[in-house]
Amino acid sequence: MSRLDQIFVLTGHWLAGWAPAALRPLASAVLAIACIMAVFATCFALTTLAERKLLGRMQNRFGPNRVGPCGLFQPVADGVKMLIKEDIVPFSADKTLHFLAPIVLTVPIWLAFAVLPFGRNMTAIDLDGGILFFFAIGSASELAVFMAGWSSQNKYSVVGAMRAIAQMISYEVPLVLSTVPVLMLAGSLSLNDIVAAQGTYAFGWLARWNVFTPWGLAGLFLFLIAATAESNRSPFDLPEGESEIIAGYLTEYSGFKYALFFLGEYVGLFAGAGLGVTLFLGGWHAPVKGLEWAPSWLWFGVKFAALIFLFIWARATLPRLRLDQLLNFAWRFMVPLSLVNLLVAAAWYWTGAWPFGGAAPIRWVLCAGLFIFPYHWLGRALRGPLPPPRKYSYAE
Amino acid sequence: MLNEIIFLLCASLTLAGAVAAMMLRNLVHCALCAAGAFAGLAALYLQLDAQFVGLAQLLIYVGAIAILIVFTIMLTRGDEVRPGASIASPLWWVGLPVGALVLACLVGAIMASPSLLRLPAGAVHAPVRKIGEALMNRYVMPLQAVGLLLTAALLGAVAIGLREPRDAESKTQ
Amino acid sequence: MNGAGIIKGMIETARNLAGSYHDKERLTTVQYPEETLPPVENARTIPFLVYDGGDAAAGLRCTACTICEKECPPQCIYIVKDMAKKPDYLGKMQLHPKVFDIDIAVCMSCGICVEVCPFDAIKMDQVFELSTDDRFGGLLWGIKQLAKPNEYFQKLHRTEASEIDARREQDRRKTQAAAAAKAAVPAPAANLPPPANKGAAA
Repeated sequence: MSRLDQIFVLTGHWLAGWAPAALRPLASAVLAIACIMAVFATCFALTTLAERKLLGRMQNRFGPNRVGPCGLFQPVADGVKMLIKEDIVPFSADKTLHFLAPIVLTVPIWLAFAVLPFGRNMTAIDLDGGILFFFAIGSASELAVFMAGWSSQNKYSVVGAMRAIAQMISYEVPLVLSTVPVLMLAGSLSLNDIVAAQGTYAFGWLARWNVFTPWGLAGLFLFLIAATAESNRSPFDLPEGESEIIAGYLTEYSGFKYALFFLGEYVGLFAGAGLGVTLFLGGWHAPVKGLEWAPSWLWFGVKFAALIFLFIWARATLPRLRLDQLLNFAWRFMVPLSLVNLLVAAAWYWTGAWPFGGAAPIRWVLCAGLFIFPYHWLGRALRGPLPPPRKYSYAE
Repeated sequence: MLNEIIFLLCASLTLAGAVAAMMLRNLVHCALCAAGAFAGLAALYLQLDAQFVGLAQLLIYVGAIAILIVFTIMLTRGDEVRPGASIASPLWWVGLPVGALVLACLVGAIMASPSLLRLPAGAVHAPVRKIGEALMNRYVMPLQAVGLLLTAALLGAVAIGLREPRDAESKTQ
Repeated sequence: MNGAGIIKGMIETARNLAGSYHDKERLTTVQYPEETLPPVENARTIPFLVYDGGDAAAGLRCTACTICEKECPPQCIYIVKDMAKKPDYLGKMQLHPKVFDIDIAVCMSCGICVEVCPFDAIKMDQVFELSTDDRFGGLLWGIKQLAKPNEYFQKLHRTEASEIDARREQDRRKTQAAAAAKAAVPAPAANLPPPANKGAAA
């Protein structure tokens, strides 16, 4: 089935063959860009619909089901609504910055898709420092949040922008730190190498995904929390919480600019989920050796959809964190745990050389314990003393 | 040919950003143009195939230092230039001989250096692995010293932040 | 253990998600307009006129006494009497309305007209899908739109309708009995002047 697996690559080569030889690299790059943008823009539309329907079902109600069968044309209706809304710019706003902010937000996030391996031989650009590129580009979009808040010349926008930037900076540290064990054990910054390192099979049938190791599981857990926070998504959506601060830095945006911010948030989520799949869930590899016949891009898609479902599930369940709770959680809980995770990964690496037979379960339990105890103690220490049980006094 | 065009583009972007960072009246605009200049520099590094340096430039300068600058502007609200007043200080003419002196020193040093006489080597391949190995083997002492310095700075920042009284601290509850 | 509460919460939402597909009573959404909530007996929106039998013109209970017109607080009822009398359910000749208009945009659903009607002719309806695009008369309803059969009234307000029907049936029987008693008086006594209590049987 390798033709199906490589169908996008082969189609791309065939199409680029139509261009003159000098422009062939440019043509193939443009094709890759167009394909990625088309796929992920459709994914964005479907995710908004899936999110509303899943949130509804998790809250014991239907999601949108009026527009089209099962509400499938709801994203179209939303898109049309966003396009025809009046674009209001406040009189005292800084017009250049107000215009540029959504653009500066969305462009770096689309750039981040260039290094993700979507399938076998399906990376747009195979950079030597792929992960570094990803994080560098992601951090460039924080300036846009500041631009949005500042240019609106609105107290609440500025406060919302400050909070948003504080949150994004705080959670960048655990985000990067939680991926460092992966880099350590794969020995390379290139995402293709990391995926290739997860391609062998243990016991002959189970894939050696990073998530099947204790440090990988902890790392995925930390990475997903940090990615949720980076993308301003519930339960970390204080910057755009409607009941807190109207819409924070988005208050003065309407119509298509708001749609661009919305798009930027979701596409950032997709990029984070894609990176999570690549680093921890084995990229485009199948979980068991018997299922390798399915195309690699299909496996990527399935895992990606599972992570998106996890994000939506977390949004439906968890309440919003307050700002001080959010920042304390990042600096006092997640950063120490990421450092502990580094030690656990190092321990895993050194115990990998144990020669005796029952090494694997012992290794697993030892390294897992090495993580669970600090997790438990840190949580206890941060929670502080619980208040005494409440005494209710009723009027007689 | 394509290389030259890209170089000219990146260089003019960097220069334009740097000049705008000096010349604009609105302080926030200056800060953002400076961030643009940093991004232009990163593009130049990437064009020279120095991936690690270029991406680190983006990550650190644009992702952290530019944000630090705008935060500082926000929290201190430095004096805006009064409308109508000139953005240049009254002693602007002192900059001319100083700039000429610095240019003369730089040109003299570059012309006199032996690197101009060397034949250009083949494309220098500096993958991240080599940088990592160099940092851990040959340059490990400077790395540790820098780490120590950063830790000291972090501790200082925490100490400054902790000066508020105990009961005003918020607990994670 | 840390995070135990979060896990419990996520299990709960997952249970909601799975249950919403096969457990009909989880989803309490009533998908209007395909489904409607069952009507409540004492709900009320605007008044309607009750008629007995099949013909709205012949069986209309309203006798144009105009008590409701006078008692209506926002004065949304407009009645014009038709001077030709028609017999009611007891056989007595009554007036009836030529024009009976209610401006349902003004009506405030207080139900005072229902309380004061001596003939059980006007009752509260439960229709609420009243929007129209006719700004200049679409919300002024006349007899044709207001008259509804007694069966409809029974469906809406079962207890009240049964009680009213029972009372009217009793009155009808009493009238018929009185009329039969009157007709059963012997023939020679027909020459005598009519008895003094003629008006008591009506």
